[in-house]
Amino acid sequence: MYTDPRVVRFINDHFVPVRVHVGDQADEFKRLSAKYSAQWTPTILVIDSTGEERHRVEGFLPANDFLAQLELGLGRSAFARSDFTEAERWFREVVAQYTDTDAAPEALYWAGVARYKATGDAAALRETAQQFRQRYQGTSWAKKASVWN
Amino acid sequence: MAVEHKDIVWTHNLERALDEAKSRQRHVLLDFSAAPM
Repeated sequence: MYTDPRVVRFINDHFVPVRVHVGDQADEFKRLSAKYSAQWTPTILVIDSTGEERHRVEGFLPANDFLAQLELGLGRSAFARSDFTEAERWFREVVAQYTDTDAAPEALYWAGVARYKATGDAAALRETAQQFRQRYQGTSWAKKASVWN
Repeated sequence: MAVEHKDIVWTHNLERALDEAKSRQRHVLLDFSAAPM
């Protein structure tokens, strides 16, 4: 994941990267894995500056999928601080740039929610449900959005 | 001028990283790793 230049650039542009190693930093690994309930390696957390976990990736992912998860995480973090405009921007970018990843249907779902939260207009949810009728059928996110029809 | 790193510049202290994230308005990416360092 970390050898792809796009991943390196994205992480260096958006994160302060911290690595704790199960062997070389055993005490610190034990302390932080207990704090964040990390039971497996690799576990990668997107943490906001207050120390709150906003997203997690467990297990290896190819670069495109990993980048999509990082952007999804930044979207979830923006959503958590009620910055729905920024959240929607990240979610829409995941759908546009990483269309074929598992993160994309999740991002499409949350993009609809973020727009609804920003505008109060339920049309955002109906439009999202319509989009799910054309793509990502069979995903849990399509099922969740189906009630918005 | 921004410096383009070819590798990720990992740090190993979460608390210091959170302080830096606060001052630079960034997030922390915390990697629990077993990969060779």
